[in-house]
Amino acid sequence: MSALPESPRSRLVHGERRPLSAVERTWGLVGFHLTLLRRTWRGLVVSRFLTPVLFLAAMGIGIGRLVDRSSGGVAGVPYLQYVVPGIVMASAMQWAVGESTWPVMTLIKWNQMYAAMLAAPTRVADVLRAHWVVVSFGIAWGSGVFIAIAALFGGVRSWWALLGVPIAVLTAMAFVAPLFWFAARTDNEEGFTTIFRLVITPLMLFSGTFFPVSQLPIWLQPVAWVTPLWHGTELARPAFLGDPLDPGHGAGWAIHLAVLTAYVVVGGWGAHRAFRARLEA
Amino acid sequence: MTDDVLLSAKGLTKTFGDFTAVDGIDVEVRRGESFGFLGPNGAGKSSTMRMVAAVSPVTSGELRIFGQDPATHGPAIRARLGNCPQQDRLDEELSVEENLWVYGRFFGLTRAEVRARADELLDFAQLTERRKDKVEPLSGGMKRRLVIARSLINNPELLLLDEPTTGLDPQARHVLWDRLFRLKRQGVTLILTTHYMDEAEQLCDRLVVMDHGRIVAEGSPRALIQEHSTREVVEVRYDVDDHGVHAGPLEGIGDRLEILPDRVLIYADDGDAAAGAVARSGTEPLSTLVRRSTLEDVFLHLTGRTLVD
Repeated sequence: MSALPESPRSRLVHGERRPLSAVERTWGLVGFHLTLLRRTWRGLVVSRFLTPVLFLAAMGIGIGRLVDRSSGGVAGVPYLQYVVPGIVMASAMQWAVGESTWPVMTLIKWNQMYAAMLAAPTRVADVLRAHWVVVSFGIAWGSGVFIAIAALFGGVRSWWALLGVPIAVLTAMAFVAPLFWFAARTDNEEGFTTIFRLVITPLMLFSGTFFPVSQLPIWLQPVAWVTPLWHGTELARPAFLGDPLDPGHGAGWAIHLAVLTAYVVVGGWGAHRAFRARLEA
Repeated sequence: MTDDVLLSAKGLTKTFGDFTAVDGIDVEVRRGESFGFLGPNGAGKSSTMRMVAAVSPVTSGELRIFGQDPATHGPAIRARLGNCPQQDRLDEELSVEENLWVYGRFFGLTRAEVRARADELLDFAQLTERRKDKVEPLSGGMKRRLVIARSLINNPELLLLDEPTTGLDPQARHVLWDRLFRLKRQGVTLILTTHYMDEAEQLCDRLVVMDHGRIVAEGSPRALIQEHSTREVVEVRYDVDDHGVHAGPLEGIGDRLEILPDRVLIYADDGDAAAGAVARSGTEPLSTLVRRSTLEDVFLHLTGRTLVD
């Protein structure tokens, strides 16, 4: 080709090319996701925002009035303020699942953009890191905006609620990492529909989002204890109410944090393995 | 001058479970060469190309690209390669130019470099007018040209093309060949796979014929034809279900016969003389055609099978 690169440091110069740092590799791949987002953000805003805001209006404000009038809220907390952290975490989970199922299958199988990325001087770890950085920022931004909206309606009583943003990201990643693992190991998208029906919807309903898990039949409660959503919600709720460490529950916050981190670490390890097996055969 | 050997493989092998896709091949490609892997589907060409592209690990044997081992220097090798895979792997939601930009950034090129390079390559791929369009509605030939343009974004020293024109109509193929021929003239080293013998003849200085994961012949297209075929071929068709029934009367005409389901091929250095002998043989052919030998005939002779079935 004719146009010769001007700088000898340019990676267009023939011969051994200057290696890319991890930051450069990640940033290069993030660029792809951001370019794609420029095309799709409108639809995402509608699908990812409308649902939580509707929940906020219907559950928090609508049902909240009934609850508050008949029993004075949940353990003395107005229902709206009780339910907002639940909706933030449940929405983060929904967003996480949305990002880790069909879009991942698209990049693996349908348009094979992951393979295109791996033809460049990148590795599977870069590909995962870049995608997860983008998903995390999306969830951080979405949760932050939602918390601000909820605050306008009186659903937030403390600045500690801002901790809801990192907790939402952690909770979301506890779904994202294992789901990427699953997506890389599955050959068709039917599994995703099953996950939505049998896992996500029940989790949303029975993980302490809308009412305390203690209201569930005693045999169902342990199920909630192993799900990331319950841990995320339990971690977030005291923060939203102004006391992140929640002395009433001892070291509960540390356990929640540990469980969520374990989901991310184990899921991340599995996803990396499964991606390598699938894309580097 | 090992510096000039861009690709060297010794006993290169790839297995998937019990299946051996590439069965111990030896290949060497030098700078500036245009090298081809010719063979039918399933011959092991794509598996070879994926190993050479440093995206698929070698099972056994030795592979060096730019003198480096892909197992330890994968990113360094990929930084200097152009990889045009068999599948387009374009994001159809993005525009033509966006597909080039994002890909260039994977290689750590600056924004300005990517833009300048994309302008140049859109021109090369004759896609400048479609640059703002989404990829999805483009024709197969345009998408292929975009993939080739994309694989050139990092100014590669070696361009790998896996089945570059498969699935395209004849006109689109000729446009692509013209573009690839320009690259060849500019001195880009090309390695391509194909199951089209005309593609191999047009684009390759040297090629290997692959079958069942092995190399069955190697040389320039002309040398291979000289070595494994006659100068000319007579194609004779009859109005019968089994062309084997005419083997007897045609025996002795030319150097040898090949009976195919739909025609008889007579290999002879003087095609017209052989065609004359067919006319005098008492059989009543529907048609008799004299043509020059091609790589298709080489493949048929070496393997007993046709390239495209």
